[in-house]
Amino acid sequence: MAQAAIELIGINKSFGAVRANRDINLEVARGTIHGIVGENGAGKSTLMSILYGFYQADSGEIRVGGKPVSISTSNDAIALGIGMVHQHFMLVDNFTVLENIILGAENDALLKSSIAKARSELDRLEREYGLEVDPDAVIEELPVGLQQRVEILKALYRGAEILILDEPTGVLTPAEADHLFRILKQLKEQGKTIVLITHKLREIMAITDTVSVMRQGTMVATRTTKETTVGELAELMVGRRVLLRVEKGESEAGAVKLSVKNLTVKDSRGVTMVDDVSFDVRGGEIVGIAGVAGNGQSELLEAISGIRHAVSGEVMLDGKPIDLTGKADPGELRDRGLAHVPEDRHHVGLVLAFEENENSILGYHDDERYLKGPFLDVDAIMADAKDKIEKYDIRPGNPRLKTANFSGGNQQKIVLAREMEQDPGVLIVGQPTRGVDVGAIEFIHKRLIAMRDQGKAVLVVSVELDEIRSLSDRILVMFAGRVVGERGPDATEGELGLLMAGVEHQEAAE
Amino acid sequence: MDIFNAIIQVLDSTIRLSVPLLLACLAGLYSERAGIFDIGLEGKMLVGAFAGASAAAVFHSALIGLGTAILISVAFALVHGFASITHRGNQIVSGVAINFIAAGSTIILGQAWFQQGGRTPALQPGERFAAITWPGADAIKDVPIIGPIYAELISGHSILVYFAFAMVPFTWWVLFRTRFGLRMRAVGENPAAVDTAGISVAWLRYRALICTGILTGVAGAYLSMVQNGGFVKDMTAGKGYIALAALIFAKWKPVNAMFACLLFGFLDAASIRLQGSPLPLVGKVPAQFMQALPYVLTVILLAGFIGKAIPPRAGGVPYVKER
Repeated sequence: MAQAAIELIGINKSFGAVRANRDINLEVARGTIHGIVGENGAGKSTLMSILYGFYQADSGEIRVGGKPVSISTSNDAIALGIGMVHQHFMLVDNFTVLENIILGAENDALLKSSIAKARSELDRLEREYGLEVDPDAVIEELPVGLQQRVEILKALYRGAEILILDEPTGVLTPAEADHLFRILKQLKEQGKTIVLITHKLREIMAITDTVSVMRQGTMVATRTTKETTVGELAELMVGRRVLLRVEKGESEAGAVKLSVKNLTVKDSRGVTMVDDVSFDVRGGEIVGIAGVAGNGQSELLEAISGIRHAVSGEVMLDGKPIDLTGKADPGELRDRGLAHVPEDRHHVGLVLAFEENENSILGYHDDERYLKGPFLDVDAIMADAKDKIEKYDIRPGNPRLKTANFSGGNQQKIVLAREMEQDPGVLIVGQPTRGVDVGAIEFIHKRLIAMRDQGKAVLVVSVELDEIRSLSDRILVMFAGRVVGERGPDATEGELGLLMAGVEHQEAAE
Repeated sequence: MDIFNAIIQVLDSTIRLSVPLLLACLAGLYSERAGIFDIGLEGKMLVGAFAGASAAAVFHSALIGLGTAILISVAFALVHGFASITHRGNQIVSGVAINFIAAGSTIILGQAWFQQGGRTPALQPGERFAAITWPGADAIKDVPIIGPIYAELISGHSILVYFAFAMVPFTWWVLFRTRFGLRMRAVGENPAAVDTAGISVAWLRYRALICTGILTGVAGAYLSMVQNGGFVKDMTAGKGYIALAALIFAKWKPVNAMFACLLFGFLDAASIRLQGSPLPLVGKVPAQFMQALPYVLTVILLAGFIGKAIPPRAGGVPYVKER
């Protein structure tokens, strides 16, 4: 076996009463890609933050290249050749690429020589690794995939030999993720060591050499990737067997509940995002909308749920039109039986500063069940929140806890519980499992299918192709604002991938 | 030539009146660019003015006065830093507290030390910064147009006036051409990026506040040792707030800040000049109206005439390291 690039021995770290890391041992061989998987809150990020000097371990030893080291600041880590690409990019949005690269790694008190050096160095890195990016572009004008590339360049510019990536694909489109993996493989070939933190098992299988599994602060197993399976890893992560693809019976589609005709939507810049889209969703079926992020799915959802103004077209809910002029009152749509789980739970779905029980009735707070005269009926709200916590297995089960303190999966369950428990006729869900753990994904999928089996119309928009294929009775693919194809649930990934890339669309035009 | 002379005079007082605004505005630029809101510019100027005039009167030296003004003003800036950087307190509350302490303590100490109703003793020549006459100013004074412009507008100001205007390109240079400036701008936008790059967020912000303290100190010294011959209570009269308005107006850019401050200075100068003289069409207007004009215009300008002013994104938010 090659020499170890990093060894962590007996690492412990507690935050108050919470033991984030207990007796962690980890060895990563030089020139390999090592995956660390685990559910949210398993302690992966804490462990890597200790390695990067963001936190100090309570006890334990770190060895880099065989030598025991002490890493108490990020500077120490950088000096040891450790670079980190954070989940939330550590970039200054209104700086240029060059300014971000040199920040903290300047030659001297004036910028001139640093900028010149960075420019030539970027040129070299670009040639060596194919990491192309315009050095004078302003970060906020770059797509996320390129922003991430700047983060990688930042680490390489500082001479990183060991690169830690924390959930790197969470914000990327599938194509961008593939590109990232090609870059990582290239870096590995050049002798760099890469540690990849993720909860997406497919990525682990696709790219890593070895993989370690964490659960509740402990390291439960380390495997050679070739000798393990997705099923085994999922079981190790969650601690029980997990269904990766929910089982479901044939759908019994009933009457049309939601009907979209010739809908056209423009964004705030006046660009047409949804272009003449028509489809129906019947009771008792799940219609999935697949597509690479940014092809109009978000705008479509927003228009149907009354948040965004549509230019033309009509949407019928139970045979009656809904107002698309942007004046539609989402509250009125709720009363008419349209429930909406927004794509962005942090900004649209929840008020993170509120307590769990408040979020669990938000939007339905005028319902007389929750009122006592003009006042909120706190007892009823609490009882209702506890009921939902039980039914949806929301953890921790404390309705008084601030919503920001729940993990992503549990936050999503809060939103789902709120919308589903209103017993809506039509449920629209955007990205049902974005940033959600394997165990919770299984739960959410089962719930959505249960809704379908009760005869509800369910519309799911997701950029996760697996999810769309696993859930949907019919799959619509969106590309450049148009629905470019409809397929059954047995459509292959390759077939859908071509549609998503707009290939079929062009062929049809010929 | 009367109108020309009147214009020259108004412009001359525009420059004089802009200087404290400009210094305070640049002072605010340093702290706000680093992500610390500083509503206490007013208070720091006031203590600077008081400390400067007091020290100059006691030690009979303008330079000692200036040094003391800077020292005390920086001390107050550090208090703001201690509250809002080290202890992550609310920056607005800390700034307001500094303004109150400044207003109260200058009067109390002034009365206790000098027994002149809160004033400091009138400064003698040598205890104040004198006007500098540029070479040849007297010689070409009578040349039409160029003469008065050179002699009145360019020549004949105190060293602090030239210092204030020199600070504009200097601040631009610091901000955009030095490592300190790059880091300072970064820490005002995304302190986490600075932290993960291995730079101390706190130390960076303290240094920015020290710059703020130095400039408000000079602004205070200008008020009590150049514009006036001693300290008078509440002599800043809201200039710190106008400077903050100018900073927003200038979108946190040094050269814009200069023009904004010149505009506010001009309004001030014009309102003084026009007091009592009848205006065309409207006739005679009350002096109070003219005095209020700069403030009214401030409100109008800020309310919608400047387009979108995006403040530094991390402004006002204490940095807490977390994941």
